[in-house]
Amino acid sequence: MQLRWIDYLIIALYCAFVLGVGFTLKKFMRTSLDFFLSGRRIAAWVTGLAFISANLGALEVMGMAASGAKYGMLTSHFYWVGAIPAMIFVGLFMMPFYYGSRVRSVPEYLRLRFDEKTRAFNALTFAVMTVLASGINMYAMAIVFKLMLGWSIHATILLSAAVVLIYTFLGGLTSSIYNEVLQFFLIVLGILPLAVLGMVEAGGWEQLAARLPEGFMHTWRNLGQASHNPMGVEWFGVVAGLGFVLSFGYWCTDFLVVQRAMAARDMAAAQKTPLIAAFPKMFIPFLVIVPGMIAWAILPREQFLVDGQVQHNLALPLLLAHYYPPGMLGVGITALLASFMSGMAGNVTAFNTVWTYDIYQSYIRRQAADSHYFTMGRIATVGGVALSIGAAYLALQFSNIMDYLQLIFSFVNAPLFGTFLLGMFWKRATPNGAFWGLASGTAAAAIHYVATQRGWITYPSEMAANFHGAIYAWTTCFVLTILISLMTRPRADAELVGLVYSLTEKPSYRRLPWLNRPATLAVLVALLTILLNWVYR
Amino acid sequence: MSGTNSELDIRWPIGLLFALMGALLAAYGALHSGDAGLRPLGVNLNLWWGLVLLVFGVWLLWGAQRASRREQ
Repeated sequence: MQLRWIDYLIIALYCAFVLGVGFTLKKFMRTSLDFFLSGRRIAAWVTGLAFISANLGALEVMGMAASGAKYGMLTSHFYWVGAIPAMIFVGLFMMPFYYGSRVRSVPEYLRLRFDEKTRAFNALTFAVMTVLASGINMYAMAIVFKLMLGWSIHATILLSAAVVLIYTFLGGLTSSIYNEVLQFFLIVLGILPLAVLGMVEAGGWEQLAARLPEGFMHTWRNLGQASHNPMGVEWFGVVAGLGFVLSFGYWCTDFLVVQRAMAARDMAAAQKTPLIAAFPKMFIPFLVIVPGMIAWAILPREQFLVDGQVQHNLALPLLLAHYYPPGMLGVGITALLASFMSGMAGNVTAFNTVWTYDIYQSYIRRQAADSHYFTMGRIATVGGVALSIGAAYLALQFSNIMDYLQLIFSFVNAPLFGTFLLGMFWKRATPNGAFWGLASGTAAAAIHYVATQRGWITYPSEMAANFHGAIYAWTTCFVLTILISLMTRPRADAELVGLVYSLTEKPSYRRLPWLNRPATLAVLVALLTILLNWVYR
Repeated sequence: MSGTNSELDIRWPIGLLFALMGALLAAYGALHSGDAGLRPLGVNLNLWWGLVLLVFGVWLLWGAQRASRREQ
């Protein structure tokens, strides 16, 4: 793939705007709350698009296209089962505690609800995870641009890190959110023509089906047994492992996405953030999975070969090269570039917040002026970017980055939702119950992983192993938290007001027109998702 | 829906970027309309999609403009 001057001009235009936004926002950053949580002033549609966009990284876009080429519509389970239900739940039922308790981060909620040690555990694992995720993202970006355009790996890593550093350093979370919204539109408008042209060339849905392996067009029909579908998963693993444990663990407890909702201007906006995000989320399969299927159907097989091996990851880049002329190619490349960079920025802004509030302010320097923590936030931004660069070079050592991400994710996040579910909805859950339950759940995930690696437990596919490992981790955490809680002393009711369902006043939206209430949006999202599952069953 | 952060309406930078990008793309498409290599499936993609981006950008700018006038 060769870029011409027009493509470079479009990329340069984008970079100039990103930096320009950072410089413009700098003068509005006055307190640490401005820097870390955008002063809680952002409108719901902006936080909603940032919420979805923080998750719509280039890794996701290219990985889902690859998965579309490999498994077809089965991949949409990652959206219609593995995302939307959790997004509805976090908006309707968890946001009242996250936003209502005025905590500044997810670990801080754990400290208020339970105690210091659970917070420390969560804050430390989260900080390590975000830095790794950011580094892996940066590394993947360098590899992709090396493969597609021949750009130098070191130059890509350092230049993109520099741009991200400048705009997050200047504008904090607001910069990050604004760039996420920009990235959302770039991805949608940059890839949509690909899906449309591909569908035209393939000759419509029926014609596409005729060119693809049996079962590529169905999401549920072949899930009865793992051996009946190419993913090697069955309905229970999909529903309980992906749809419940992994999905709720990510969307409901990961500070990277929850932080966007915390920046919303009021409770209604915070609750609507994930619900507004759910609308574009449910249609993203048509933007990324379907083009992957189209690539597999119409492009010659040898284009997917690298050193004699089929590389499904090439699906999206190949399609870009196939359809886009110079000019439009610049827009497509800018969209990928933007989603890599905003993925990095999202991680960096979540990292600097958790570092400053949950680690530095809690354990290193407690009573300092706000300006001190604000400065620390900027230092942490530099530190976060530097650590990410280190992690990117570390990732160069590991071949399969997505599995690696999944692995960390399943150890840390899978049991976490058990802790939050009990914490928010069962006032009897105790600090010791939560901590030891969470620690055991994480350990269960690690033990399960070792057991599958050694062959003590076998699964039809690696994906099935991930789903089932998550179920074990969550169940361990859930059961042990309950048992230990029943044996230990709970906190007094008075301390838990605003943190637990039964002790918190429900937000009322009678003043809002009914169409604008979170519950109405939630019902709409749920009905549309059920419809999509039915149509593509 | 009203503006965003009263500090800087997000629609200004995003609208401006898409308007410029769209204009650039459309102009490039119009100048090279005879080049068959630039027309996937026979469509002048740069020209038409450039216009789409331009219209989207202008629409955002128009919204930002209206919101700021209402505030004053």
